[in-house]
Amino acid sequence: MSQAAAIEAKNLDLTFETGDGAIQALRDVTLEIGKGEFVSFIGPSGCGKTTFLRVVAGLETPTGGEVRVNGTSPDEARRDRAYGYVFQEAGLYPWRTIAGNVRLPLEIMGYSKSEMAERVNRVLELVELSGFENKHPWQLSGGMQQRASIARALAFDADILLMDEPFGALDEIVRDHLNEQLLRLWDHTGKTIGFVTHSIPEAVYLSTRIVVMSPRPGRITDVIDNPLPRKRPLDIRDTPEFLEVAQRIRKGLRAGHSYGD
Amino acid sequence: MTLFLAALVLWMAAWWLNTRIAGSSLASSYAGRVAVPVVFGLSVLAIWELVVRGLDVPQVILPAPTVIAETFASETGTLWIDFRQTALKGAISGYVIGCVAAFAVALAIDRSTFLRRGLLPVGSFVAALPIVGTAPILVNWFGFDWQSKAAVVVVMVFFPILVNTVQGLADTAAMQRDLMRTYSASYWQTLLKLRVPAAMPFVFNGLKIATTLALIGAIVAEYFGSPTRGMGFRISTSVGTLELAMVWSEIAVAALAGTLFYGAVTLVERWVTFWHPSQR
Repeated sequence: MSQAAAIEAKNLDLTFETGDGAIQALRDVTLEIGKGEFVSFIGPSGCGKTTFLRVVAGLETPTGGEVRVNGTSPDEARRDRAYGYVFQEAGLYPWRTIAGNVRLPLEIMGYSKSEMAERVNRVLELVELSGFENKHPWQLSGGMQQRASIARALAFDADILLMDEPFGALDEIVRDHLNEQLLRLWDHTGKTIGFVTHSIPEAVYLSTRIVVMSPRPGRITDVIDNPLPRKRPLDIRDTPEFLEVAQRIRKGLRAGHSYGD
Repeated sequence: MTLFLAALVLWMAAWWLNTRIAGSSLASSYAGRVAVPVVFGLSVLAIWELVVRGLDVPQVILPAPTVIAETFASETGTLWIDFRQTALKGAISGYVIGCVAAFAVALAIDRSTFLRRGLLPVGSFVAALPIVGTAPILVNWFGFDWQSKAAVVVVMVFFPILVNTVQGLADTAAMQRDLMRTYSASYWQTLLKLRVPAAMPFVFNGLKIATTLALIGAIVAEYFGSPTRGMGFRISTSVGTLELAMVWSEIAVAALAGTLFYGAVTLVERWVTFWHPSQR
């Protein structure tokens, strides 16, 4: 395994024991994500893309194989605060203000008061939420809440950002806007991003690499290097290169899965 | 008879007035919402007065409101002593002790499956015991003064607060707990920053139920022995000497105290759980 990798998985297996037998959520998943890469995971429900992210985060324990995050075990990486995790729902605490929510990880990690204030300001500016510090979550739209939750994950400056369908519940216009913002953020922070999505255009637009997965058992069926340049205006989605990558993903999804007809 | 007829007429008039207010544009305004219950309450008192005087109802069956008010005004000294003994010393101290104990036990139960299996059934068993059975025993143990009343109140308020707190502490989404894990937050950090705030709406349900239980417990416990003061003591002795106006005065004090206590807890609730959908 190479030194520069942020995330390495080798022959990863994960089987959940359930009431009606074992479910193989991941089978023989091998993948290496280099520092600074933006890797999307795409596939139908049950293909293990979220499970893979949770294994990397140390929230699930694999039943076989090996994972290393920054060269250490996922549990150690978690204790080192090596990653920020963005969930599908914003999950902001309603009793805290927006600034209070972003401050939450900093309080837990024991930052000083002045540093907390400085970091909260900085990340809220980064997600364009300056001026909303003292609002409560329910006073904000869904897109703004999700941006606040991204700010919360960025606040403690982990170099890895794990995002589990963060924009899945938002409408397309808001999603486009947040995709652009996320790309800009990735460009000038240089973070490593693992991004789970259901949307082919989103995966192609954002990533340097796209991992196509399929279910029963959850496995990787294709890994696509994205040829698009690093700077991507939204209308790049109409170029032939973009459509070609999208086409290949679609083919990969179809090959890995029959929808029963 | 004329007074009785006057009561009927007044009843109709008040009914008509309230229907008019409720049907008019006033209904949604603050004044309208206050006026309807005030008109209703005043008309009940007036009809009560007129019926009692018109039909010559004996004082021992039902004293007129004006007679009760007279007694209330001339006996404020006694009423205050009783209020202090029962509500302030017995009910409030028992309430505070019961709340703190229930909350602490809820945290312990939440932490340990062993305690959850062992203590929750015992708790529900104690809660099922009738107060008239346990009160004499507690009076025996803790003496006639307010301490035994506080003990009865503790027993009464403990369980509803315990059950609500245990349930509230369990009421966090898997995602919120995962979030704390990604920060590798400790047990205490997760408890203080996530689970206790999330439990507050449940805790306040318990606290509100407990306010009325506390007052009932403190009053009833005095029936089984008390010094020569206290609301329960006064009610039972005044019934014995047929001073019904005094009984009603104590009831008025109890109603007032209960409402204020409940209202105060509701205000604190609104302040603490301002973020909950039911409050905002």
